[in-house]
Amino acid sequence: MDNIILNAVIALSGIGVTAAVVLYFVAQKFKVIEDPRIDVVEAILPGANCGGCGFAGCRAFAEAIVAAGNLDNLNCPVGGNTAMAEIAKVLGLEAEEKEPLIAVLRCNGSLTNAKPKVKYDGPLTCAFAHNLYSGESGCPFGCLGLGDCVDSCKFDALYMDKATGLPVVIQDNCVACNACVKACPRGIFELRPKGKKDRRIYVGCINEEKGAPAKKNCEVACIGCGKCVKECQFDAITLINNLAYIDPYKCKLCRKCALVCPTNSIHELNFPPRKEKLVEKVDAPTEPAPVATEG
Amino acid sequence: MNNLLTISGSPHIHTTDSVRKIMYSVIFAMIPAMLVSVYFFGLDAVRIIGVSVVACVAVEYLIQKYLLKGDVTINDGSAVITGVLLAFNVPANLPTWIIIIGAIFAIAIAKMAFGGLGKNPFNPALVGRVFLLISFPAQMTTWPIPKPLFAKSVTDALTGATPLGLLKDGHLANKTIDQIMSDPAMPDYIQQLVGFQTGSLGEMSAIALLIGAAYMFYKKVITWHIPVSYLLTALLFAAIFWLIDPTYYADPLFHLITGGMILGVFYMATDMVTSPMSAKGQIIFGIGCGLLTMIIRFWGSYPEGVSFAILIMNAFTPLINKSFKPKRFGV
Amino acid sequence: MSAQAFGARGTGSFPRGIHPAQAKHHSAAAALEVLPPPARVEIPLLQHLGAPATAAVKPRDPVAWGTVLGVASGFVSASVHSPLGGKVVRLGVTTLPNGRHVPTVAVAAEGEQVAGQALWEALYGGPWPTAGLDELTPEAIGAVVREAGLVGQGGAAFPTHVKLTPNPAKPVDTVLVNGCECEPFLTADDRLMREAPAPIVAGALLAARAAGARQVVIGVEDNKPEAVAALRAAAEGTGVVVQSVRTKYPQGGERQLVLSVVGRIVPTGGLPLDVGVVVVNVGTAAAIAAAVLRGRPLTHRVVAVTGPGVVRPANLLVPIGVSYREVLDFCGGLRPEAVRVLSGGPMMGLAVGDLATPVTKGTSGITVLTAREVRKAAETACVRCGRCGEACPLGLVPTRLALASRHRDWALARRYHIQACIECGCCAYVCPAAIPLTQLIRMGKAMLPKE
Repeated sequence: MDNIILNAVIALSGIGVTAAVVLYFVAQKFKVIEDPRIDVVEAILPGANCGGCGFAGCRAFAEAIVAAGNLDNLNCPVGGNTAMAEIAKVLGLEAEEKEPLIAVLRCNGSLTNAKPKVKYDGPLTCAFAHNLYSGESGCPFGCLGLGDCVDSCKFDALYMDKATGLPVVIQDNCVACNACVKACPRGIFELRPKGKKDRRIYVGCINEEKGAPAKKNCEVACIGCGKCVKECQFDAITLINNLAYIDPYKCKLCRKCALVCPTNSIHELNFPPRKEKLVEKVDAPTEPAPVATEG
Repeated sequence: MNNLLTISGSPHIHTTDSVRKIMYSVIFAMIPAMLVSVYFFGLDAVRIIGVSVVACVAVEYLIQKYLLKGDVTINDGSAVITGVLLAFNVPANLPTWIIIIGAIFAIAIAKMAFGGLGKNPFNPALVGRVFLLISFPAQMTTWPIPKPLFAKSVTDALTGATPLGLLKDGHLANKTIDQIMSDPAMPDYIQQLVGFQTGSLGEMSAIALLIGAAYMFYKKVITWHIPVSYLLTALLFAAIFWLIDPTYYADPLFHLITGGMILGVFYMATDMVTSPMSAKGQIIFGIGCGLLTMIIRFWGSYPEGVSFAILIMNAFTPLINKSFKPKRFGV
Repeated sequence: MSAQAFGARGTGSFPRGIHPAQAKHHSAAAALEVLPPPARVEIPLLQHLGAPATAAVKPRDPVAWGTVLGVASGFVSASVHSPLGGKVVRLGVTTLPNGRHVPTVAVAAEGEQVAGQALWEALYGGPWPTAGLDELTPEAIGAVVREAGLVGQGGAAFPTHVKLTPNPAKPVDTVLVNGCECEPFLTADDRLMREAPAPIVAGALLAARAAGARQVVIGVEDNKPEAVAALRAAAEGTGVVVQSVRTKYPQGGERQLVLSVVGRIVPTGGLPLDVGVVVVNVGTAAAIAAAVLRGRPLTHRVVAVTGPGVVRPANLLVPIGVSYREVLDFCGGLRPEAVRVLSGGPMMGLAVGDLATPVTKGTSGITVLTAREVRKAAETACVRCGRCGEACPLGLVPTRLALASRHRDWALARRYHIQACIECGCCAYVCPAAIPLTQLIRMGKAMLPKE
C-alpha cells in the first residue's frame, strides 16, 4: 500500500518538475521583449477597438504610436484631443489640437422626397442592393435605406428612421470612427468638423447626375445649378460633376447658400431660427428630417 | 398599377424544399420504428419518447427565448429529431429524470452552446446518449426484455443483455462463437430483424428502420453515400475476421442487424449538419464510421461502437470537408 | 460550303446542375408574331459588353431602317442601328436592368414602316443559301458582322465579331451554336429554331467560315424535339450536325455546352476559344446570316414574353429600343397579380423596375412572375446539407463562398475560387435553408478587391 502511494507521489512530482523545467526553458526561448510604454498608451486609449484610427485595434494603434515616435497623422477620434494630449504627455511628444469630427449623411432621399418606384425584395443589406440596382427611388447615388451603416456603428450613434427610411446620426454618440463611412457602399457619409456650437452646413446630396435626371428621382437632389457657388462670398463651395460641395474649413456658416438653393438640398443644423420673413422658405415641405432629430 | 414591381437578385425562383420539410421527413421516417418500440415496450416507450421530445424542444425554446433572446426556431423540427433519436438510443426502463438530463445535455451543450442548428460539430442525440452512458452506466445498460403488447406474459425475467452484450460477455468467458450463439437469451436472425430482442428503444426492429430509411431515400433526405460505404466497410471488415477465425468472430450478418447499426447508419451518420458535404467526403466518412464501429465492437470494452464511431468521425468532418471538395470544373 | 463532323464528342450532359420546372408551356406553342412598329424607340448606345458606341446622329436628323445611330468606339464595342424610319428626337439617358446608366438615341417613327410579314420575310423568311458561302472571305464576313452591330443574343451580349476574328495563337476548329435555352419559361430560341431554321444553319456556316472552323454543331436541349427536327431538315447536306443534349440547367452555359457537345473542358478563367470552340447563340447565328447575306444590321430580335403574370404569352419579333411596356401591352398587359418583370429568365434574369426600359440586343425574354413563383422563404441556418455543392456546375462550394462574401473574407473567397462562379443560380435555387447563395457570391465578386 505504502509502495503504491509512494510511487504515485514520486511519479506525479517527477512529471510536475519535468514540465516546469521544460516550460521555463520554452518561456525563456520565446520571450518577447515589448516596450512597456505600449501598455501605458493602450491604457489611455478608449479600448473600443473600433478601427477609427486606421489600425486594427487600440493595441495596434498604441504600438504604432510608440514605434513612430511622433503623433503626426496619428489620431484617436474616439478619445479625441484629451486622450491624444495625455498620450503626448506620457511619451513626451506634442499633440496637435484637432477639430472634432462627426458623421453627416449627405442624402435626404426620404420616402417622401424620393418616392419609391419599385419594391426591393432581396437580401436586406445595402452592399447587396447596391450591386443589384439603383435603389427604390431610382437614384443611383442615394441612400438604400437597408442600414449597413447602423450595423457597422459600435457606438449606438445611428438608427434607422422608419418614417423617412434614412439613417439618423445621434450627435452625442457619434465619435467619428469612420465605420459608417466605410460601411456605406455608396459613400454617402462624410466626416465633417462638428462646427462652432455644433452648427454645420452641408449639401445633403451626392448625386452627380445632371439636373433633370437627378430631380426626376428626388425632389431634394442637388441639381448642380451653381446658385450657391455664386452666392458664397468665401469661395467655400465648389461644383464638380453637377454636385455642389461646401468646404467646411472655408465655410463661415453665413447660411446664404441654403436660401438660394432651389431644391433645398443644403442642410443647416443647429442654427437658431431665421427671421420671420425667411421662415417660409426654410420650412418647405422638403425640410430635411435629420434637422429635427439630430439636434 | 397599384402594386410596385419588386426587385431582387437572380435566381428569382426557388425550390419548394426547405429545412423544415427535410426535418419533418426524417421525423416521419422514424414513425415505424417508434410504433415497433411501443409494441414491444408499451407505455414505457411512449413515456421515454414523449419525455425526450418534450424536454429537447423545451430546452431549445428556453435557451432561444431567454438566454439568447433571439428568434425561436423550435418549429423547424430539429429538436424533435434529437428528442426521438435520443429516446431511440436508451433502454425502455430508463428513469424519466435521466432521460431529461440527457435531453438537456444534448440540446444545451451539444447543440445550442455551439450556436444552434447547423453549427453543432457533433450529433446532439449521440452526445446525449454517450453522456448518459458514461454517467449512468448501470441504468443505461440494463435492458428490459421486450414484452409485446396484447401478448401473454412469456417470461418473468425483467431484464437481459443485448445480443452484442452477450457476445462480449461470451468472449470474456472464453466461450466459442457457437456456444454464445446457442445461448437461449440470444435471439435468432428473424427475431432480430423483426425486433424481438433486447436493446435500446429504436434499434429493436431492423425492418421498421429500413422502411423509414427507404422513405428518406425516396424523399431525397439522405443520399446513398454514407449508408452504403458505412455498411459495406463494416460488412467487409467483419467478414475478413470471420473468415480468419470463425470460432471467435461472429458472422458479418450478425453484426449488420444487431445493435444500433441500422439506426446509426441511416439515421445518425447521415445527419446533414455533422456529416461531410461532398459525395467523396461522405464516402470517406462512411468508411471511417464502419471501421471504427467494428474495431470498437471487436476489441473495445463497450459491446457497441456505433455511437462512438459516428461521434469520432463527426470530429473529422470539418477536415474532410476541407480536403475533399467537389472537383472544380476546368482544372 | 459544307462542314464536317469530327473529333471528340461530348456525352450530351455535364456534371451536376439542376432540374427546375421547365415552365415552357406558357409560350412554347405561340407562333412568332411581329410587333407592330412602335411610334418611338429609345436605343441605348451600350447594349453590349465593352465600350459604348459613339452617337453618330443629332436630334432632328432623319433616319431610315438600318441607319447607323452609334458607331462602335473600339474593337470590343458594337454599332447600333435604327429599327425605324423617322427622325432622331433626342439624345437621352436611360437605366438598363443591369443598373447601368447609358446614353440613348430616341427615334420617332415617321412615314411608312416595313412591318408585319414583310419585315419577317426581309429578315428571316424565304430561302437561304447553304452552298457557295466559301466565296466570301473570312475578313469580309467579320467586317459585315462588325458593321451590323452583332452581339451575342443569349444574354451576355458580347460583340460577335470579336469572337469570330481568327486568333493565330488559338485556332478554332468548331463553331458551336447554342440552341439550349435552358432558362425556364423562355421560348424565343425554340420558336426561332422551329420557324427559321434555314438562316440559323446559314449563319452557323458563315460563322465557321469567318472563324476558320471546320466543324459546326448545333446543340439543342432534348425538350425541343420540333426544333431539332426543323434544324436537321434545314441542315440536310450541309454537314452541320444538330445534336440533342440533355435537358438540364445550365446546359446553355458556354462551359457546360462545350463539354456536353464537344467533350472539351474550358479551363477556369478561360474562354471556349482556349479549347478551339466558338459558341454563338441561335439568334446570333440567324442575325449573322441576315447581316452577311441580306445586309440587314441587327435592329430587331425575337423576344419571348412569357410567365403567369402576362395576359397573353407570346413570342415576338420586336424592334430594339422599344419599351418593355409597349411589348407587354401588345401581349395584353400585366395581370393584376404580376409582381416582378424580368429581363431574361428566372434563373439569371434581371428584375426590371421601370417598364419604360428599352429592349436591348441581349434581351432574350420578358418573364413576368407572380408572387407564387417569387415567394421568398425566410432564410434559416445552413444545415450543411451540401446540396449547393451537388448542384454547382462549376464544382465550387457555394456555401463557403457565400459565407466568405457575407463576412468579406476575401482570402477565403479566393481560396474557394469565387471568380470561377458563373452566377447561374443553381445553388440558391436548391438551398433548403433559402440562403441567397448566388446573390451573396455575386456581391462578393463585385466587391472582391483587385489582386
